[in-house]
Amino acid sequence: MTSAHIVVDGNEAAARVAHALSEVIAIYPITPASAMGELADAWSQRNEPNIWGTVPEVVAMQSEAGAAGALHGSLQAGALTTTFTASQGLLLMLPNMYKIAGELTPAVIHVAARTIATHALSIFGDHSDVMGARQTGFAMLSSASVQEAQDLALIAHSVTLKTRVPFLHFFDGFRTSHEVMKIEGLDPATLHAMVDDHLISDHRTRALSPNQPSLRGTAQNPDVFFQAREAANPFYSAVAPAVIEAFEAFGALTGRHYRLFDYHGAPDADRVLILMGSGSGAATEAVDELNRRGEKVGVITVHLYRPFSADHLLEALPDSATKVVVLDRTKEPGAVGEPLYQDVVAALHETGRSEVSVIGGRYGLSGKEFTPPMVMATLAEAANGDPQRHFTVGITDDVSGLSLSVDEEWAEPDDVVQAVFYGLGSDGTVGANKNSVKIIGTHTDRYAQGHFVYDSKKSGAMTVSHLRFSPRPITSTYLIENANFVACHQFGFLEKLDVLDIAAPGATFLLNSHYDADTVWEHLPGHVQQAIIEKELDFYVVDGHRVAREAELGGRINTVLQTCFFALSEIVPKEEAIAAIKDSIKTAYGKLGEVVLQRNYQAVDAALAGMAKVEVPATVTSSTGLAAAVPEHAPEFVTRVTGMIIAGQGDLLPVSALPVDGTFPTDTAQWEKRSIAEEIPIWDPSICIDCGRCALVCPHAAIRMKVYDPAELGNAPDTFQTKEWSGKDFPGKQMTIQVAPQDCTGCGVCVDVCPAHSKEVVKHKSINMAPEGEHMAAEKENFDFFLELPELDRTEVKVDSIKGSQLLEPLFEFSGACSGCGETPYLKLLSQMYGDRILIANATGCSSIYGANLPTTPWAQDAEGRGPAWSNSLFEDNAEFGLGMRLALDGHTRTARQLLTELAPHVGDLAAEILDADQSDESGLQKQRDRIEQLTTVLASLDEPGARQLEPVVDYLVDMGVWIVGGDGWAYDIGFGGLDHVMALGRNVNILVLDTEVYSNTGGQASKATPRAAVAKFASGGKATGKKDLGMIAQSYGNVYVAQIAMGANMNQVVKAFAEAEAHQGTSLIIAFSPCIAHGIDMGTMMTHQKAAAESGYWPLYRYDPSAEAQGKPGLRLDSREPTISFKEFAAKEGRFAMLARANPEHADELAKQAQADIDNRWQLYEQMVNVHRTAVFEDLEEGE
Amino acid sequence: MNLTTRYLGLELANPIIASSSPLTRTVESLQQLEAAGAAAVVLPSLFEEQIEHEAMAAHEAMIYGSEISAESVGGYFPQMDAYNTGATDYLDKLRAARQALTIPVIASLNGDSAGGWTLYARIIEDAGADALELNIYRVAGEIDYPGAHIEEDYLRLVTRVREAVSIPLAVKVGPYFSSMANMAKKLVDAGADGLVLFNRFYQPDILLDTLTVEPNVVLSTSSELRLVLRWMAILHGRIDASLGATTGVHTAEDVLKLVLAGADTTMMASALLKNGPGHISVVLEGVGNWLDERGYESLDQARGSLSQQSSPNPSAFERSNYMHALIDYSSKH
Repeated sequence: MTSAHIVVDGNEAAARVAHALSEVIAIYPITPASAMGELADAWSQRNEPNIWGTVPEVVAMQSEAGAAGALHGSLQAGALTTTFTASQGLLLMLPNMYKIAGELTPAVIHVAARTIATHALSIFGDHSDVMGARQTGFAMLSSASVQEAQDLALIAHSVTLKTRVPFLHFFDGFRTSHEVMKIEGLDPATLHAMVDDHLISDHRTRALSPNQPSLRGTAQNPDVFFQAREAANPFYSAVAPAVIEAFEAFGALTGRHYRLFDYHGAPDADRVLILMGSGSGAATEAVDELNRRGEKVGVITVHLYRPFSADHLLEALPDSATKVVVLDRTKEPGAVGEPLYQDVVAALHETGRSEVSVIGGRYGLSGKEFTPPMVMATLAEAANGDPQRHFTVGITDDVSGLSLSVDEEWAEPDDVVQAVFYGLGSDGTVGANKNSVKIIGTHTDRYAQGHFVYDSKKSGAMTVSHLRFSPRPITSTYLIENANFVACHQFGFLEKLDVLDIAAPGATFLLNSHYDADTVWEHLPGHVQQAIIEKELDFYVVDGHRVAREAELGGRINTVLQTCFFALSEIVPKEEAIAAIKDSIKTAYGKLGEVVLQRNYQAVDAALAGMAKVEVPATVTSSTGLAAAVPEHAPEFVTRVTGMIIAGQGDLLPVSALPVDGTFPTDTAQWEKRSIAEEIPIWDPSICIDCGRCALVCPHAAIRMKVYDPAELGNAPDTFQTKEWSGKDFPGKQMTIQVAPQDCTGCGVCVDVCPAHSKEVVKHKSINMAPEGEHMAAEKENFDFFLELPELDRTEVKVDSIKGSQLLEPLFEFSGACSGCGETPYLKLLSQMYGDRILIANATGCSSIYGANLPTTPWAQDAEGRGPAWSNSLFEDNAEFGLGMRLALDGHTRTARQLLTELAPHVGDLAAEILDADQSDESGLQKQRDRIEQLTTVLASLDEPGARQLEPVVDYLVDMGVWIVGGDGWAYDIGFGGLDHVMALGRNVNILVLDTEVYSNTGGQASKATPRAAVAKFASGGKATGKKDLGMIAQSYGNVYVAQIAMGANMNQVVKAFAEAEAHQGTSLIIAFSPCIAHGIDMGTMMTHQKAAAESGYWPLYRYDPSAEAQGKPGLRLDSREPTISFKEFAAKEGRFAMLARANPEHADELAKQAQADIDNRWQLYEQMVNVHRTAVFEDLEEGE
Repeated sequence: MNLTTRYLGLELANPIIASSSPLTRTVESLQQLEAAGAAAVVLPSLFEEQIEHEAMAAHEAMIYGSEISAESVGGYFPQMDAYNTGATDYLDKLRAARQALTIPVIASLNGDSAGGWTLYARIIEDAGADALELNIYRVAGEIDYPGAHIEEDYLRLVTRVREAVSIPLAVKVGPYFSSMANMAKKLVDAGADGLVLFNRFYQPDILLDTLTVEPNVVLSTSSELRLVLRWMAILHGRIDASLGATTGVHTAEDVLKLVLAGADTTMMASALLKNGPGHISVVLEGVGNWLDERGYESLDQARGSLSQQSSPNPSAFERSNYMHALIDYSSKH
């Protein structure tokens, strides 16, 4: 190891260079590029300077479009400026990119390349985003590894100053951006040497300045635009030579040599593969293997993609090559071929190598695995006499028949430690593994790589860590398939997935188990026993939870398991490893104080004593196997497709299995039983007061309330609990509060809000958490029975009340949101009140992820097959998207009404009844639905063209609602322009803002909803500015219904607000306080936090009803009482505020004072607003005259 | 009037010490206390349990949710420059107080573990405290744990801390020992330079509206002085250590009574919170006047003059109120 080695991921590698070489950095969060902005912001907050000694100013913008605008302006004024982005973010930057390039402005945009959303969103890596930027005039430089992400970042910053052509530097999202690798770092001297100060001066000289006034951004006419556009050509011609020159200078400084097109393989290759990005690692290994076998193949890795230098490609391509395979990590539907393919074909043609046969294929879309056997398949295809000119690899395409079959087995060298760890998102497995990569990377000569795979749930999510430790630099850019070390950090995984499928024969298997070495065997499922025996695994157990508990580390088992890994893998001598682990603990947690260190050290010391080798019996003794992913009676699509995805076998699904247009069935979360709770709520009917609060607040719809006829109880299971319904609305009926035991996440919010407690034992409530093991079997049976109980007739239920709403079936259930999520109770309530007749436009964010990330969706259907119809367009356009839905619905209704009016003579009285129907309540709606059913029958019997036209739109004669749902990142920041416009239009849409006060989905970056004094990413010094008052802005329109609500503070007001918003025949805006794990609170108490938020005046509750104003009454009604506790009292209980008070007490005090002033001022304003009459009263004036 | 007092080997201008309270938290109010005449100050206690809890809470917050999804790797909070967990904050305040005041600054420590008591005692000594007060409080709720063991635990920790530091050491305890006098002696034998009698902590209260239990502390009144008075009088002259009286010290009369009973110092908190730091000068003036009026030359002259050993009616300090009242009643008839 040399001292220059560092262990970083691709994002950090690129961001370090960008921060060191910039003066202004405009940022906006987007996966997988967010970390670059976060790091840059954190470094500047810590006053870390660039290489010229000044601290770069990092400014968080409202969108990527905003970041690009700020980038453009900063460049125009002569600062060295950069930004980071991906995917849709890059698309939002495109307009400015054309400008920046057109003005020949040196700049670099670093991109963690990610899929563009098409039929679906995907956060994973491919080149569809950067390919969309290739017309902008930016030079495009591609990095294939973490090392290159650093090195080529520097090349980009260096050459852009030289050539004045701006650079887009990109590397693959996740595969490179999130891969932790040991690489050779860069020292400041190298950075200085690569950046010419004179060129910086030139950049400054070109800046806009009143001392040398100039004009840019003119409008030009046909007479000169064209010529002016061509005037830049020499600058583009100079790029390739400048990059080569920079590569050479860089090589001389560092010993690392790059080319525009890097060739690897046989000098006399007959077949050559061309690609760019991380796939080059797998390709290189495949090429080496084939050449070992005697074939003649090679691979060209493209670094400078734009400007595309045909001459240099030709130079890189061996003369012997007769066949070329071009692989694109993108899809351009309808094109002759994908972009790189077309470039290569054109280049070969233009350079006189037309005889070379070129075939092109797509691979790796959305981060799909790309392995050496896939590469071998493509080169084998090229060798065919009649190869497929266009193909795909990595999937089975049974529709178009384009896919190549991949038949090769792949084995990695024996001297590479390949370790795979199965853990929970919450148990620290990934963190510990990143740490292990760092330890081995810095303490040994070995090269180290860590890659991490997450599932799509936010509660109970599984993580799989793939770690390689090799004596050679690691090029394996694909997942481990034959692990010589497998660790399973959660015993429960054993029956859910085949964790040992990945284990190589003779591998070591470490299991975190509360059974000891003597007793664990009998508790293992049969398939696990069999794998251990057949593969002759060395099997160890450790009770990580006990060791962690004894060290007072709660559920954090990571250091325990990490220590065991080091002991078993023997990569580092044991004593040295333990010292290194402790050293890394000190680095990571040293600032947190001695006690944190001591407890972690204690866990490390106790880990090995707690680990024991299991004597493996010779025979399998268990008859249990893997649990089925979904039950047999699930619908066909769920069994055939969804079940495969749940089982982790989605890669095996052929093209024909997937919907062609991204349309999926709803009502599928019910089939994905996750059983992740350790404790579940159990009802005690003897003290229940039938209030329905537990059901209302349950974020996962795992607590249900039903009222039914006692006669229904005939077949009830013995343990099924029931009580008489106390309400006068359903005399003589029974009721039950029932837990969905396998769907509960164990958050405890229901227990927190339960107001009923025992007279004898106050802590015993009507609902209490109890160990799932004691209740699971009975409650499963009870829940199944509960579901069979008939639902109440909606027309008999008082929908706009807490109790009534909770007697309605939730059509949003069992989401994968965080345990105790503050957003989902609102959506569940919405689904209960109006779910059978609404369209939902959902902005990208947490709610779109837990709402629609495969495999399943929580959006459900009632017994009639009705339920919310849901769609996500983008992050920024959601208000407009929902408005479009409204316009369409209104159009359909207009058409239907007109047709019905014309057909009235044939339809009879029914027509008038339909056209004049009152649909303002459930009863009215039901009657209208009945009428439409009658009408449908009538229409079928009519031989009129109008009847045929009316049939497809007849359903639109029943009122449907449009709900526009999203988080504060959308509503306050990126989508505000659209939101504002939609509010101004006043059409009948309901906008629900789930306000978590940060960008929750991307990891907690500050938005304009983030309150003053809170700590968040992008506001690590505490947010210095106040929260935007979105509700007041909306009220300024005068015709928008506005409600600010917090379920934990006033449940009744929440229900009323939903009802009033739905009833308001114009635009409604509901701003719903939604606690989030980013608040640093115990989510089980999130409703109590909401109460404190309202009591302190931090989150005043109100409703503004324009219709009241129209009647001459005050529009604004405050639903909160005057604040009774201080901001400080509220804030002290939330980590986001307390963190600052701890880190910087004086500053926190100052901000807290300002925050209190914000509250006081706002309260005073609102109190006055209550008495404000918007409608001008002219009578007095007239009388006076 | 000469009010000088010797306490824990420290020379004090008078017997009034501002004990732990919000007023001894900031340099500004400490300076006000000094200006009003406080002879020494005791800083609020460093609670080992609390700082450990805070450090672990910060630890948890930093890692909570850090791997919850592929989009939110690395936690929800930014890395901060410092978390000020551990004793850093306390020590900073101690140093600032030491620098700003000329009167002795006594630190106070409430440990939670054997290691914690000595660890924090040492770092408090290193930070320049003039003396250390061990604030030992334990609700003996373990049903199988005998009182003798509890006494041993107390003594063991005093011994350990005594071994760990060389600054003067006061031990502040509650009255709940079967043999308070014997325990006092043993604490001194274990290394205490002084005893502070008695500590008061949060006590639970039940809120009838919400049926919740809320621990809190209410300000003391002069009527709570009697218990302390008794033990000052009993212990004075019998143990070789300073005696600090605390709880119920509000007026000049209170101070005089305690000194007559045998207290070296009298500690005020509730009275100062109620009346402000300036109250010390009022009390001092009252003490001086009383001594003047009666021709005392110094406070020392009066100290212990009504202790049990010096009192004409020593048994009065041992009788219960009930017996006393009964006898009075009997003698009248």
